[in-house]
Order: sequence, then structure tokens, then C-alpha cells
Amino acid sequence: MASRRTFDLRSQPAFSFVALFTFFMLYLPIAALVMYAFNAGSSMAVWEGVSLRWFYEAAGNERVQEAALRSAVIAMFAALIATIAATMAAIATTRTKPYPGLTFKYAFINQPLMVPEIVTAVALLIVFSRIKVWTGYSGLGYLIAAHSAFCIPFAYLPIRARLENMDLSLETAAADLYATKWQAFRHVTLPLLRPGIIAGFMLAFVISLDDVVITEFVKSGGQDTLPTYMLGQLRRETTPEINAIAVAFLLFSVLLVTAFFFINRRKV
Amino acid sequence: MTSAAEIVRQAERDDVRSRWLLSAPALLIIFFAAIGPLFVMLAYSFMAKGDYGDVRFGEFSLDGWFSVLFQRDIFDDTIGLADAHLSIFWRSVKLSLITTIVTLALGFPTAYFIATRPPHTREVWVFLVTIPFWTNLLIRTFAMQEVIRNEGILNTVMIRLGLIDQPIQLMYTDAAILFGMVYVYLPLMVLPLYASMEKLDFRLVEAGYDLYATRLRVLWRIIIPLVRPGIVAGSILVFIPSLGAYVIPRVLGGGKSMMLGNLIELQFGAGRNWPLGAAISITLMAMVMVALLVYVRNAARSGAQHG
Repeated sequence: MASRRTFDLRSQPAFSFVALFTFFMLYLPIAALVMYAFNAGSSMAVWEGVSLRWFYEAAGNERVQEAALRSAVIAMFAALIATIAATMAAIATTRTKPYPGLTFKYAFINQPLMVPEIVTAVALLIVFSRIKVWTGYSGLGYLIAAHSAFCIPFAYLPIRARLENMDLSLETAAADLYATKWQAFRHVTLPLLRPGIIAGFMLAFVISLDDVVITEFVKSGGQDTLPTYMLGQLRRETTPEINAIAVAFLLFSVLLVTAFFFINRRKV
Repeated sequence: MTSAAEIVRQAERDDVRSRWLLSAPALLIIFFAAIGPLFVMLAYSFMAKGDYGDVRFGEFSLDGWFSVLFQRDIFDDTIGLADAHLSIFWRSVKLSLITTIVTLALGFPTAYFIATRPPHTREVWVFLVTIPFWTNLLIRTFAMQEVIRNEGILNTVMIRLGLIDQPIQLMYTDAAILFGMVYVYLPLMVLPLYASMEKLDFRLVEAGYDLYATRLRVLWRIIIPLVRPGIVAGSILVFIPSLGAYVIPRVLGGGKSMMLGNLIELQFGAGRNWPLGAAISITLMAMVMVALLVYVRNAARSGAQHG
């Protein structure tokens, strides 16, 4: 019996092969990283069996604990500040006729995305090092300020998207029922906006947590965050301890991203 | 008497003013911790360098900008080109271009593959691309190191297969940086490509086949022109961070293979030449702006074509 081959419109020769190879390549390095984190031996070269040894060592390392805590504190403050500022800015730049300065605001808010991180990093180094001399203050404030700035565009994105897709009729109804502007905002707009705000906060939190370059140049002595601590360790002979830290970090990021994915997908 | 028109105008003025007040915190934070410092840096690039780093404040000098491209011979004071800097500029542009081309070559089929899956599985594939994208850049760079270092997976597998006797030294070479940048920036290529392929109208592809076009011809004459905005967006999104890469060349290039980002760091660290560092930073920023302008013009043009 002669079988007729069906003609698949969408197929392009070799594309699926390249695609599957690409997915393999995307996960191979991560798999290698995870595998060596469970290496029982202390060398990166030789595999000596499975163990959780390096996870315990990393968890017990005081410098790692401090750096992790510092990362969390900075990310928490920066994301909070960035989300509040971004929410206000999003309200000010959506659902309006074009007004003088609107384009300027867009450009300003998105500016941190346009400039290479290393350039912003050295510019901040220049300015903050002088302020440190003038004021004598060298705390975490500088890092929090720098992180807040580059987190704003990331927090702004989902909040603005949410605002633009929001149904106006409920707010109009509130106004019809003599709600003041503030009441309408507090009891109608804000609850509707909440998923966008949560998404924006999480995005900002991850971006702050992940930052290496700006932190590396802005931090004062002894202010390592987890990523800059790892960067410092990579210069030396590394042990699987750094893999263990990386794996824990990775796991945390994946959890956050998954949560973000689901929050963003939920349509109200 | 105030007319209705005046009341409306007054209300509009109030509205604009409250909108400025609302956006003030975001604008101020970005001004103090992002944009403002760039202007300070611009000023620093025109000052004389201090002996131990920093600058001699207020002392005007063009030495910083001069040394971006030229150097004075220490013996006979002749002026020559700064070969070391030029080679780093060239390496940055070259590696960024190759990274863009390789990610496009890998990313295009990948995005096409995702876009042609059944709708409910697409999300899963997109999610698989998104996870590495949101993973810390340093961790991904470090993960790539696990693959390409002498005792890493690549060398181990090739030795086991008998392809090579000795591990190939990839770490601390341009190739290592390329591996790292392609790996790290690949999702930035796939995601915009997928976004435009998802909207692809396959009836046009069908029409092409009806008119006896071959698969290659359909790809070249129908699919690629239709997804061009995605190709341009992806290329820009990969090229720009590649040009300003700092962590990847630092970890995988290890100081032997420097890119612009590392050259800048050097001037603010051991080089103790802040004005030069500032001048190179501004040059890098200008290069990025040019790339962005090319993109904006391109986007505007294709926007006009496709409505």
C-alpha cells in the first residue's frame, strides 16, 4: 500500500535538532554546577562520590552567612523603595493624555536599562567615594540607594502593564458614589493593582539579589553580598563550597521566578 | 467670572502638577544614583589625574581623552597609537558581534521550534528558556566554567572519546569569553524572536508552498522578513550587554583576555587613572547609544511597513 507522506507546513529541516541541542546546552552547565556541589572530595577536578559535605560547610561559614544576610537586607530595602517609587510613577504616567514631560519621564525611568552596568558602577564609585569622605558615613545606604535606582525600571514594568489593562468602570463607579480620589485609589485601584505590585516587587528583589557589578564598585570594605563574595572566591583555587552556595542561590531564584510566573499569569 | 473652559484648564494643570509630584521619588532616586553620577563622570574625564587615583579636582586636562587612543613614548615623547587600548576595543566589538551571530544561529531555530509547538506546550518551553535567564549571571558564568575548564565536562568527554589526548586550554582565552557570552545572553535572543514568531501567519507560508517555493525559499523570502523586528530586537539585546560585559571576561578571560569593562575597572584600580577610565566609560556608553539609535530607527521603519 502506498502511504502518502503528509506535508508539514511548519517543519524546517534541522531546526528541531538545533533547538533541542540549544536546550541541552542551556542546562548542561547548570547540571555540571549542581553535580560538583555534591562532590565528596575537596578538589574540583576529581569526583569522589556523593555527599552533602559542602552544603554544610557553606552553611556554617560565617562570611557566607553574613553575605547572605546582607544581600537579603539590601534586596528587601531596595525592592521596597523601588516598588513604592515605581507604583507612584506608574500611576503618574498611565491613563492620561500626553502631557509635557511624559516622554521625558519614560526616558528617565528606563535610563538604568540603557547604560552598561560597568559605566554606572564606576560613575557611582566616583560620586559615592567623595560623599563618603565628606560625610564620613560608609554604611549600607549607598548600596541600597544604588540598588533602588536600577530596580525602579524593573518594578515599573509590570505595574504599568497592569494599570494600562485595568478596567476604568469600577473607578468611575466609585467616583459616582462620591468616593474621594484617595478613597477610590485605596479601595478600588490599589486592590486591583496588587498583582502588578507584587510582581514588580519580586522582580526588583531578584534583580537586586543578583547584582554583581554595581555592588562590587559601590561596596565599602567588609560589605560583601553573596554574589560579590562568590566573585572574590572565584579568583582563588575554588572548592565545591562555592558550587554549594551557587546551587542554593539557584534554587531560591528558580522558586521566585516560578512564583512570579504564576502571579503574572493569573488574570483577574 | 471664570468660564467653564478656564475651570477645565485649571483642572488639567492641577492634574499635571500632581502627576509630577507622584513621579518625583522615582525621578529623584534615579537622578541621584544613576544619571547624575554619569554627568560627574563626564566632568572627571576632563580633569588631571591624581597621583593615587581620584583626580586633581577642578584642574582641567585633556590627558584622559588623549590616552583613550594615543600614548606618549616615555623615552622620546613621540605620540603613537595606544595599541593595547585599540586591541581591547577591537576585541570587545569582535566578540560582541560573534556572540550576536552565534546566538542568532542557535536562537532562531529554537524560537521557531517553540512557536511551532502545540499552544499548551509552548509555555513550558518558554519557561525553560526563562529559568536560565533569571538565574544569577555570575552563577551562569561559573557554570560555564565547569564545562570548559581543563578538568571540565567538555574536555573529560572528549578525552574519554579519544578525540584528544591533552585537555584543550579554553579558560582564559577569547574562546572562553565567547562560550560564556553566548550561553549567558542566548535567552535574550530567543525571547524576542519567539515573541514575533508567535504572531507569524502560517497561511502565508502555505501560500508560498502552493506557489512551488522550496522550504529554504519559504524561510528566506517569507518567514525571515516577517520576523525581522524580532531579529533586530534580539540582536540589539545581545549586542549591547556583550559590549559592556564585565563579569564574564573577568571570570573566564581571567585578566589575560580583557574587554572594555575590564579596561575600565583597571583604570579605577591598579591603573590609577580615573580620567582615562571615565573617558573610556563615556566612549563605551556612546557606542551603546549608537547601537540603540540604529535599533530605534529600524523599529520605526518596520513599524511603518507593517502598520
